Amino acid sequence: MREAITSTNDFVVKFANVNGSGSASANELFARCVLRMGVPVASRNIFPSNIQGLPTWYEVRVSGEGWLGRRGGVDLMVAMNPQTWDRDIAEIDTGGYLFYDSTKPLTTQKTREDITLLGVPLTQLSNTLEGTIPRERQLLKNVIYLGALSALLGFEPKVVEELIAAQFKGKDKLIGLNMKAVELGHSYATKNLAGKCRLSVKRSDKVGNRIFIGGNDAAGLGAVYGGATVCAWYPITPSTSLAEAFTAHCKKLRVDPASKENKFAIVQAEDEIAAIGIAIGAGWNGARSFTATSGPGISLMQEFFGLAYFAEIPAVVFDIQRGGPSTGMPTRTQQSDLLLAAYASHGDTKHVLLFPEDPRESFEFAAESFDLAERLQTPIFVMMDLDIGMNDWLCEPLTWDDSRAYDRGKIMTRDMLDAGKDFGRYLDVDGDAIPYRTLPGVHPTRGAYFTRGTSRDRYARYSEEGAVYVDNMQRLVRKFETAKAMVPKPVRRDAKAKARYGVIYYGSTAPAMNEALAALEARGLHLDTLRVRAFPFSDDVVDFINAHDQVFLVEQNRDAQLQKLIVNECAIDPARFISILHYDGTPITARFITGAIAERMEVTRKEAAE
Amino acid sequence: MTYIAKPKFHHPALKNNALGFTRRDYEGRISTLCAGCGHDSISAALIEACFELSIEPHRVAKLSGIGCSSKTPDYFLGQSHGFNSVHGRMPSVLTGANLANRDLIYLGVSGDGDSASIGLGQFAHCVRRGVNMVYICENNGVYGLTKGQFSATADKGSRSKTAVNSDSPIDLVSLALILGATFVARSFSGDKTQLVPLLKAAIAHQGSAVIDVVSPCVQFNNSPASTKSYDFVREHNEAVNRIDFIAPREEIRVDYAPGTVETVTQHDGSTIRLSKIAADYNPRDRVAAMTYLQSRHAAGEVVTGLLYLEDDSEDLHAHLNTVKTPLNRLDEKELCPGSKALDAINAGYR
Repeated sequence: MREAITSTNDFVVKFANVNGSGSASANELFARCVLRMGVPVASRNIFPSNIQGLPTWYEVRVSGEGWLGRRGGVDLMVAMNPQTWDRDIAEIDTGGYLFYDSTKPLTTQKTREDITLLGVPLTQLSNTLEGTIPRERQLLKNVIYLGALSALLGFEPKVVEELIAAQFKGKDKLIGLNMKAVELGHSYATKNLAGKCRLSVKRSDKVGNRIFIGGNDAAGLGAVYGGATVCAWYPITPSTSLAEAFTAHCKKLRVDPASKENKFAIVQAEDEIAAIGIAIGAGWNGARSFTATSGPGISLMQEFFGLAYFAEIPAVVFDIQRGGPSTGMPTRTQQSDLLLAAYASHGDTKHVLLFPEDPRESFEFAAESFDLAERLQTPIFVMMDLDIGMNDWLCEPLTWDDSRAYDRGKIMTRDMLDAGKDFGRYLDVDGDAIPYRTLPGVHPTRGAYFTRGTSRDRYARYSEEGAVYVDNMQRLVRKFETAKAMVPKPVRRDAKAKARYGVIYYGSTAPAMNEALAALEARGLHLDTLRVRAFPFSDDVVDFINAHDQVFLVEQNRDAQLQKLIVNECAIDPARFISILHYDGTPITARFITGAIAERMEVTRKEAAE
Repeated sequence: MTYIAKPKFHHPALKNNALGFTRRDYEGRISTLCAGCGHDSISAALIEACFELSIEPHRVAKLSGIGCSSKTPDYFLGQSHGFNSVHGRMPSVLTGANLANRDLIYLGVSGDGDSASIGLGQFAHCVRRGVNMVYICENNGVYGLTKGQFSATADKGSRSKTAVNSDSPIDLVSLALILGATFVARSFSGDKTQLVPLLKAAIAHQGSAVIDVVSPCVQFNNSPASTKSYDFVREHNEAVNRIDFIAPREEIRVDYAPGTVETVTQHDGSTIRLSKIAADYNPRDRVAAMTYLQSRHAAGEVVTGLLYLEDDSEDLHAHLNTVKTPLNRLDEKELCPGSKALDAINAGYR
């Protein structure tokens, strides 16, 4: 028997459950208990495309240091699923722990010599809960293991109590029943397993006023703050919860108190094509509108993206990326829709993409995307992914500046038309290539025009003249240049010492990258970093690449899509890049990035020394 | 097809409507469709209907898909915004536009290829949602712009220059009835007397109004064998009623048409007077309307007129309980909950 792992505030607990068994809320309570004790956690759902009966996992990384990426490895496995028993046991790190239901003795199941067994007779204990039916006892088994773990890891009892009271607020009977289940587990573990677990959570102050929120939830709230009034969507994992969050927030925040009427309109469309059609129709008519979808939806919406690009209609699209191609890995994460979105639709097109790094930035970019869409009169893609969207992340509280006014872009009003302003829908009046638009119904005799996906002149009159067409296409290129200065700038962080290597990364790679940088620095490997936040690329991206001998580009896709986009759009020699690609569907880890970068840099260092 | 600019002058005695507009104020650009195209007659009927209703032209939004029919919104109501969208997807764009501003009148102009083939799904779903609109299908049974292929509304056995259609037809009127449209009618582009009052009643209707207008294609589908030709429709037309539409502010006119007369009051107070021609036709019975359609179709007749009307219809905005102010007019004061509310929201995530 190896030495048991001993750690305070730095370990990984993985729950292996069967989906549909009610484990999710107990597991989330576990993570929130740790947070309430002031210790940062990073939690991730690993779930199947299924409703009941298949394996699902919930991973909680407890990190006193505050590292929020996935770490890899498991110190304590809570093995509740007989189907996956063998692979779950195999995954535990040497010296780790196995928590299991010991109602029946372990006879046929495999265990390991190098781990510590923590058996609690969950089924037997749940049967002692009087006045419950089997279905309830099944649910309460999850709460019993929460109680047992709270004893093993040393949670403060009042933290568990408070959270259960909050969760079942107003339902005293349920609070009582759940607390009874917690106590059952807690007292069993205290009596029978004292001293066996050397992992512990100790109160700290590392959480501060941070919040624990999922990206879809935050983006849905951002859409409320950003003034979205029309949402059309079609259910697809992992984006569904964004539209649902928007709905829930609207019901709380957007119902007129006097009339009880809604200051929003949400339509569950018949498919993704109709969803984007509704968003574009609403955008054309002056409402802030959006759709939320994932890769397959983006594929279906292509024709409409071309229309919105060419006819210059604002709309916001949230792409919660998942594993592709085709149906791919619908419940796993990837950053693999970049090229699809950047050049969506036939003909020459280019679209604005935003890459939020976490739920907080998803909130901010969601709100900002509506300003950008109306200012630029074009679709804006907020490129999230399953890891950000569907997992709760610890992040800074959301903020809003009350003096902020919505930028409704260039809209020619009735007064402007009355004042005799010349209205040409596709006329570049200000030299920024952004024309003025009018909204339907604006004026009895001026400002009406015919919107179309066919070629037209500056006054929106149908034209198949080559020169007229080229004039318009050139203006669209100039408009994309204008967009460069409006989209969020990349964030650059320089190493303490002068660095020959740079790293470019984006989106949900951020927490793993932050941790990897610290680990690399500890090994004396210095790198400057640039977190790209939008396409079109700022000149800072080119400057950063030019300032380094070589640049690692860390992505969660197979084909190095951001790298290709940079090579393509900024005319950079591909040899300048070293791709670091992780695309098995799990979130990228600091271990993976550190390993890949260190290997490459140390080879170079040795070569230099020789 | 002509390139001659439309002359601006008009006869000094041209009639004005209640708003002081003449018919000319409801016209659009000159049509580029073929001479004799049924679609141009429908545009003319729309101009007539809007003029007679004294609608402010700019309070109308015209939306269409792709095809000959979808080009026509450029040829009427030149002071209205128009949107020629993508093939078969006008219904979703119109739905979005309607959600953004409930105060405008929405005309959805489509064709049989647009509505019954590529856009059948969108047609079905916008009708079942009760979007407040007039959905006009200019139905000629062929793809005109790509030179005469059969569409999904073409009858089995229809002939083109090179082929015979062996597929069963889709009847949009029957579909609209099944899908819950609250105003369903069919007419014929060559029958302005019937079409204009139908359009007026449809515009006044609150909810999804579907009008299938048989509109012969003079180039590709006006042959004796076609069931969408001028001659066929004239010979086989079975009109269930003649209607006279009366807007709330107008005096009620005396109806001289023979047979029984029934007055239907719509949601906005306007009335439709139905002069019955077909005996025992009840336009408020959805099931009877379907049966009637099927039986007349089996007898080789094209039933026209107002086939179904729901008096107290509700539209999508009623279902969604949206505010009376158009959503596109709400500003940050109305829409943004502000920083204080956000502090409370943050607290809920700790």
